[in-house]
Amino acid sequence: MVDSKLRTNKTKIINTPLNIDDVLSLKIGDMILINGKIVTGRDRLHRFFFNEEPSRKEIPFNLEGAIIYHCGPIIRKTGKGYELVAGGPTTSMRFETYEHKIISEYGIRGVMGKGGMGIQTLNSFKKYGCVYFHTIGGAAAYLADRVKNVAGVWKLEEFGETEAMWIFNVENFPAMVTMDAHGKSLHEEIEKKSLREFEKLIRRA
Amino acid sequence: MLRLREAIIKLYKKAATSLPSDVEAALKSVYAKEEKQKVKAILSAILEDIRTARKTERPICQDTGVPVFFIKVPAGISLVYLKNTIINATRIATKKIPLRANAVDVLTERNSGDNTGTGFPVIHFEGTRKSKLTVDLLLKGAGCENVGQLYRLPFGEIRAERDLEGARKCVLDAVYKAQGRGCPPYIVGVGVGASKDQVTKLAKEQLLRRLGDTNKNRVLSNLEKRLFNDINQLSIGPLGLGGRTTTLGVKVGVNHRHPASYFVDVSICCWANRRARLIW
Repeated sequence: MVDSKLRTNKTKIINTPLNIDDVLSLKIGDMILINGKIVTGRDRLHRFFFNEEPSRKEIPFNLEGAIIYHCGPIIRKTGKGYELVAGGPTTSMRFETYEHKIISEYGIRGVMGKGGMGIQTLNSFKKYGCVYFHTIGGAAAYLADRVKNVAGVWKLEEFGETEAMWIFNVENFPAMVTMDAHGKSLHEEIEKKSLREFEKLIRRA
Repeated sequence: MLRLREAIIKLYKKAATSLPSDVEAALKSVYAKEEKQKVKAILSAILEDIRTARKTERPICQDTGVPVFFIKVPAGISLVYLKNTIINATRIATKKIPLRANAVDVLTERNSGDNTGTGFPVIHFEGTRKSKLTVDLLLKGAGCENVGQLYRLPFGEIRAERDLEGARKCVLDAVYKAQGRGCPPYIVGVGVGASKDQVTKLAKEQLLRRLGDTNKNRVLSNLEKRLFNDINQLSIGPLGLGGRTTTLGVKVGVNHRHPASYFVDVSICCWANRRARLIW
């Protein structure tokens, strides 16, 4: 189920887990399609990783080279397990305080969400080799259809359905690289441009 | 009454899974207007999401938000009864559609699991002389709710004085600061008036207006048009990835103010402006 418009001859196909060469080859503006396993994490999981520093052994998924997806999904329990009903991205900026540590401590190589992140995260991308994937905010049914199945879950009891760490098996999951490991951020560029316009607009009576 | 409860469950379903036709049409015209192929590709996925959600009866966005009700009540109907009916409908709708459970207890951090709790959903009642009950439901996602802002004028940082020109600057400030974090193109509701509670409700109420609805007051309709052009000048673009369209519509409401107060609330709504109306 690939939208032809999202797959052009310039679209890069990437497979998880990512290695350093994958990360370094990605630049802001690249359109990509992701295949393989990704994990979700939002407010509670970020705080937990940041404050409690769980050991790698405790975590039932190898985060080395993983993509962490900022998403609080709607999940339906089925006879066989879990089914993803809707699963678009949440606003990544809420995790600005925490993300750099998760990248440095657990070896994550991709952060996916919406709206982009700040300078602290951008610096850690450069230092440790990681990129930001901007996926399609609001398009939750569309994106859920690019998740083949729910492969597992951690912290469901403790954090609840929205905040748990879900493992998704994705196929041709679309995103745009908007922050790369070379210190570039599309969000920074757009914000600068809009600031110039904003200043013009508020000066003009 | 069970029939009203069923109608409110249906209202939830309509709001969560079927984007209003005017918003969908506006997004289609954004697709035509945008030039960059990447932005077009992303918009085409959004349009497909809208169609898929409607067809498969699944939520457009996984954040089914805070349900906000604006209800016009004819004489003789008990508000307690209406509130209880809404709460029961909310519980059932959450399970049935399903909606994401979003009501979290501030003291225990526990999610109630059914979108009900203290002050949750948000319900505004107002009397009406008409014979029918009107229930407007807005499912307001947190991403865009978090980027809304309240201003107390004068506001030195942007030299906003106590007039509509000051209010205009506040709206631009809020959208500039929001950037792409609340899922643009945005629908922007503005409330101007005397007190904080009054203007925040008024701003949110503006989000119930259809995009083609022009303000009856000429001064305000001009302000809405000007803000629409100004915001699109910011070049934040669809999802904040750059482009020509940052807003689909701006709606302004005013109340009388206190001589010493001038509050402006800017309520920002994502492209998924999930509103639905029931006339009963």
